[in-house]
Amino acid sequence: MRREVFVVAGIALVAVAALLFGARLYRGAQQEREQAAATQGLAADPALLVRPDSPSKGPRDAKVTIVEFLDPECEACRAMYPYVNRVLAEYDGQVRLVVRYVPLHANSMLAAAALEAAGEQGRYWEMLDALFVNQPAWGDHQNPRPDLIPEYARQIGLDMAAFQASFEGIKHRAKVERDRSDAEQLGVRGTPSFFVNGRRLEQLGYEPLRARVAEELAK
Amino acid sequence: MSREPAPWPLYAAWLTALAATLGSLFFGEVMQLPPCSLCWYQRIFMFPLALLLPVGIVLRDPRVVWYCLPLVAIGLAIAVYHNLVDYGVIPERLTPCTQGVSCATRPIEWFGFVTIPALALAAFAAIGICLLASASSARRARA
Repeated sequence: MRREVFVVAGIALVAVAALLFGARLYRGAQQEREQAAATQGLAADPALLVRPDSPSKGPRDAKVTIVEFLDPECEACRAMYPYVNRVLAEYDGQVRLVVRYVPLHANSMLAAAALEAAGEQGRYWEMLDALFVNQPAWGDHQNPRPDLIPEYARQIGLDMAAFQASFEGIKHRAKVERDRSDAEQLGVRGTPSFFVNGRRLEQLGYEPLRARVAEELAK
Repeated sequence: MSREPAPWPLYAAWLTALAATLGSLFFGEVMQLPPCSLCWYQRIFMFPLALLLPVGIVLRDPRVVWYCLPLVAIGLAIAVYHNLVDYGVIPERLTPCTQGVSCATRPIEWFGFVTIPALALAAFAAIGICLLASASSARRARA
């Protein structure tokens, strides 16, 4: 084999190793910074994290609060949703879930308004279930069908006149915009983003969320 | 057929492309800086260089210069444009950046002037010069 093969392979290996080593160093330093911030009580600003009118379920004085920044039209949020519910069921009565909006897609704002309108009738979580279950139908990015959303409201048995009036108005827009700006200040870049007792969850998935909740409950 | 080994500027070009590729992956994946759309276009023209050049080096094929130059030329043009946006010569609202990250924000500013677009511009320019240098050394070798 030509000498160049070894030279090139050697250089490539060294370069990739340097990248991986640098990544480890950087992540280690980042974790130290975060831990230092957490011990000094410099976790995310609680006033920005949960607003008094943010939709929530679970006891208000729960030991653990999960804040989820979500977009009803976001596929990853839909994928994560069953895991969130599983954690809530497993630690029933000990965990509170708070929802904040980060509208990133074409009909996110509309879907958030539907949720708020359903919330006015005490059916917030049923509407969230319906939006996530039916997301491929109404929230397809190439062929969106926002006109289907009122149909889900009917299916969960909402008072349609009241729903339509609330859903079609612009009154929920300000709340969603405020959430968006809170998210920005907290450094939330994508959805879903979770904060467990003010500490950001770095990795998505059932196990990371469950482990963090368990860790907080054991404190 | 025995060919001449690749001249050193070709190695220099490859090392630059490799550093730029891995560096941009570090910014994006490790530091979690979201790449703006202009950055994505520059990545499209930088990443192949990191793979094409070593193949040319191993095969001792001087024509690898000509496979790579179009990538470098377009990447360089985008990098120039990006730097003009970054330094405010071209107003940002005319840029193709739509959603997400603005092309005019500076997540990195080392020593006051080293920004990510500046690094990209330097890398494309250096690779271009190295490629032209190795083309001319190949021509000399034939003569």
